[in-house]
Amino acid sequence: MTARENILKKLRTSLEGTTPRPDDFNVELVTKPWSYGDTQGKIKQLRTMMESVRTEIHQTTKASWVALFADLLKQKQVNNLLYAPTTEWGKQIDNYWQQNTDLPTLKLYDRLVDEWKNELFFEIESSITSTLGGIAATGSLIVWPNREEPRLMSLVPPIHFAILEASKIVDNFYDAQQKLNWVENTPTNALLISGPSKTADIEQVLAYGAHGPKELIVLILVDV
Amino acid sequence: MSNQDQHRIPVFDALSQHFKENAHQALGNQQLRHNMRSAMDSLMTKRLASMSDEYEREHLRELGNHIRARALSKLPDLLEKLEANLTKQGVQVHWAETTDQANQIILEIAQRRQAKHFIKGKSMVSEELNMNHYLQHHGIEALESDMGEYIIQLDHERPSHIIVPAIHKSAKQVGHLFENKLHTQYTDDVDTLIQTGRKILRQKFFEADIGISGVNFAVAETGSLFLVENEGNGRMSTTVPPVHIAITGIEKVVENLRDTVALVSLLTRSALGQAITTYVNLISSPRKADELDGPEEVHLVLLDNGRTQAFADAQLRQTLNCIRCGACMNHCPVYTRIGGQAYGTVYPGPIGKIISPHLMGLDKTEDLPIASTLCGACGEVCPVKIPIPELLRRLREEDVRPPEETPHTVKGQGARFSRKERLMWKVWKTLNTKPALYRNFSLLATRFRALTPNIMAWSQNHSKAKPAKHTLHELARKHLGEQ
Ligand code: SF4
Repeated sequence: MTARENILKKLRTSLEGTTPRPDDFNVELVTKPWSYGDTQGKIKQLRTMMESVRTEIHQTTKASWVALFADLLKQKQVNNLLYAPTTEWGKQIDNYWQQNTDLPTLKLYDRLVDEWKNELFFEIESSITSTLGGIAATGSLIVWPNREEPRLMSLVPPIHFAILEASKIVDNFYDAQQKLNWVENTPTNALLISGPSKTADIEQVLAYGAHGPKELIVLILVDV
Repeated sequence: MSNQDQHRIPVFDALSQHFKENAHQALGNQQLRHNMRSAMDSLMTKRLASMSDEYEREHLRELGNHIRARALSKLPDLLEKLEANLTKQGVQVHWAETTDQANQIILEIAQRRQAKHFIKGKSMVSEELNMNHYLQHHGIEALESDMGEYIIQLDHERPSHIIVPAIHKSAKQVGHLFENKLHTQYTDDVDTLIQTGRKILRQKFFEADIGISGVNFAVAETGSLFLVENEGNGRMSTTVPPVHIAITGIEKVVENLRDTVALVSLLTRSALGQAITTYVNLISSPRKADELDGPEEVHLVLLDNGRTQAFADAQLRQTLNCIRCGACMNHCPVYTRIGGQAYGTVYPGPIGKIISPHLMGLDKTEDLPIASTLCGACGEVCPVKIPIPELLRRLREEDVRPPEETPHTVKGQGARFSRKERLMWKVWKTLNTKPALYRNFSLLATRFRALTPNIMAWSQNHSKAKPAKHTLHELARKHLGEQ
């Protein structure tokens, strides 16, 4: 018999004569204490949570975010930015960059990682990605990487900008799963990101930028 | 003594059979006790602050318990469902009854890919396999990338805690370790130390052929591997190398995706007092044809290693509810004083005392079930309500049950069985159930109280327990007579 058969057989023998426990999942317990009212309430909670773990948050609008973003990039003195030109946000970036000078060089993630890993790891200084929404209760961004915005885009560059549409902030993780129809719609890799990378492994002292981004900057677009 | 030796905590002869000596040695180490005390105090405070609403906390713990118990009540079916869903999505599932089998599976994958460099996210199951050592033996480097694990790997130690593995070390000790091993300039500034680690490990992620990770929950419904972490090393290990191997115990399955909502909240708050960790990572397939990154191959190794033994007994099965939050350790008066390494097991503290006998056998862990005051703190904080004290008492029974007695539920049963002790209890029972004998015995005991022998270890630190001058019966008779 194979290991698989042995294990399953042992488990089945141990369960002989028993009935499976009923599913008494109580949705209220994971939703009711984690509800924050209207969009304003949700934004407030999300900000509190994210800012407490050193996330930089800016509230802006669909019309003005790019200018603000360009300013932030200048302040942070980054030389290059990884972005996805095919997304709605990418197109806005393209427009703005065409009309303005003295901005970081735009870089594309348009090849297999293996073909430009060196540059991605050691030269790219910042990136910007979209999100599927946010979770107020825990201060998390929901990110499902795809071909346009691959997984490492939100992980390898030291500074990660993320765009969050205020209307897509939900109260809690349960609501997020429902809203995205997550069970039917399982992506290759789904992520919740709740701040810049951190560790408290040495003497419980919190240090940021352990392996992932040292800075996470979220632009909340309040009119979409 | 070299500079490094002065600042390192001695590694114990990390065998659980030497628990008593290890504990003794740890108790005499002031630095260790200071490091542990302050860390555990802070973890306890953080947990409570993040779960201050008693109603919410207690009801959620109840739900956590139900979710885990439900999953275990259908474990074989859920494992098959998990396997089917993962396979459909392109993840290769392997089963291992023993740690040897698991190591072989991993080695075969490595050899097929001609891999020489592994980078590991945190995985306690890989510690069970002693995987690093095994791979090294086959010419493969397995480097830890969790900062805490990296630190202790540099110092040739084993984790002392399942969540914060280097918690027993101070920043100064880490500073000296880096100075000696990495030849950096000494500093005890934590930010600088972490940046040193980041730089070295980034290069290693870049070069690695295979990434290893553990699994916090394996979701049967969607075929997803659910992983929580703060550093990003988990994401790196599971995304950058061309192959990702996840290893987990067979008990880590949950039925539905929504079950993870309750469990992740319990896990991160119980462990570190965090509402959530920085990264929650759900992996459901390898890189798809149109995707630009992510591993080409994803494997899941499901390990038994004694878990079916715990599963076989309805009471002991509760051990497998564990979601590895470490809260029971943080609150344990024994663990807090001796640190994790003294246990000589992969899982230290209260959970270690109830799971290790199944993984290693009671004969190799015979002192663990008795290394507890049964104060109950572990059971009170456990987010999935494992009755740890009750299980400890049960294992104490198994520890002294004659080895040949059936059913033989726990491997190594009867490790502490002693005919002499059994005889003494028999005598004790007879004395206490036969009134005439009892009267004679108590009379003798009170009259010859000066001859009371020393009672083993008790008398070393306590005054000898001598019988009173008169028995209770005599005193009662006197009292009633005087009335
Ligand atoms: S036994 Fe309970 S408290 Fe201890 S690690 Fe497991 S889940 Fe956490």
